[in-house]
Amino acid sequence: MPAIYTILIINKSGGLMFDRDFLPGISKTNGNDTLRLASIWHSVNAISTQLSPMPNCLGIELLQADTFDLHCFQALTGIKFLAMTEPQTPDVANLLRYTIYDLYADYALKNPFYEVDQRIKCELFDNHLNYTITGLHRRWGHPV
Amino acid sequence: MGVFTIYFFDREGTCLFYHEWSRPKPVKLGAGTPGDDQKMLFGLFFQLKVFAAAMDPKGKPNAQLGAPTRIGESCSFHSFTTDLYKLHFAESPSGLKIVLTTDPTVGDMRESMAYIYSYIYVECVVKNPMYSPGQPFRFETFTTQLNDFIQSLGLLQ
Repeated sequence: MPAIYTILIINKSGGLMFDRDFLPGISKTNGNDTLRLASIWHSVNAISTQLSPMPNCLGIELLQADTFDLHCFQALTGIKFLAMTEPQTPDVANLLRYTIYDLYADYALKNPFYEVDQRIKCELFDNHLNYTITGLHRRWGHPV
Repeated sequence: MGVFTIYFFDREGTCLFYHEWSRPKPVKLGAGTPGDDQKMLFGLFFQLKVFAAAMDPKGKPNAQLGAPTRIGESCSFHSFTTDLYKLHFAESPSGLKIVLTTDPTVGDMRESMAYIYSYIYVECVVKNPMYSPGQPFRFETFTTQLNDFIQSLGLLQ
């Protein structure tokens, strides 16, 4: 069954700005490890562009592991949106590129109390993101 | 051109074999020297394995980040895709690691890499009396068979 487990947002210097799990019963990493994993991803992404056999590579878009897929969308500002999903979950690239990026622009960046590159603590962003992901899960047949 | 490069690493991280079919961006513009390129690549997938093991949604809860795990026991990654290339990774229980970089449109290569391991590497390298474990190798039968196999997959023109 397709599923979105986690959404992470990493700023342009590798700091974790946002992380949220959406399904109960998945094994969680603790807060410190999530911070470290975010910066690991940031540096791995930089190395992958350097080792690229083709010039002008922009970085990893999809990591396929045994039990999950990790999709990454990097905006022009260097901010990365990551979604950890069940393998073969459809349309995640578009979800990150169009829906979640829009939510970030609308409810985090346009929030006057939000400071750029800091942790996202915006109620509207949380609510809309929750609404979007639970909507998808309901459509895929998860008990909500 | 569908395929770029292939690397074989042993369990200690020595690059045993490297071959490039095409590499539009030479090593000189990337890591600098071939040695550095291989070390950086080893570091890249080593770190990605740690990453995948820690992120695993179905793994043991509160697994320590970076704790050593036996091969095949924890969640590992098998490929990543960038906008311009795709890197396929396979590891044998003895710790031999094969890395293949191809065009991003290429599909799942896990079976092909298992074939390369068991029918080309084992047959032409491990069973070769001239081969000493842990040393880089370059056998003509191995290179031709590898080339033929990649060609049969339709990745070479």
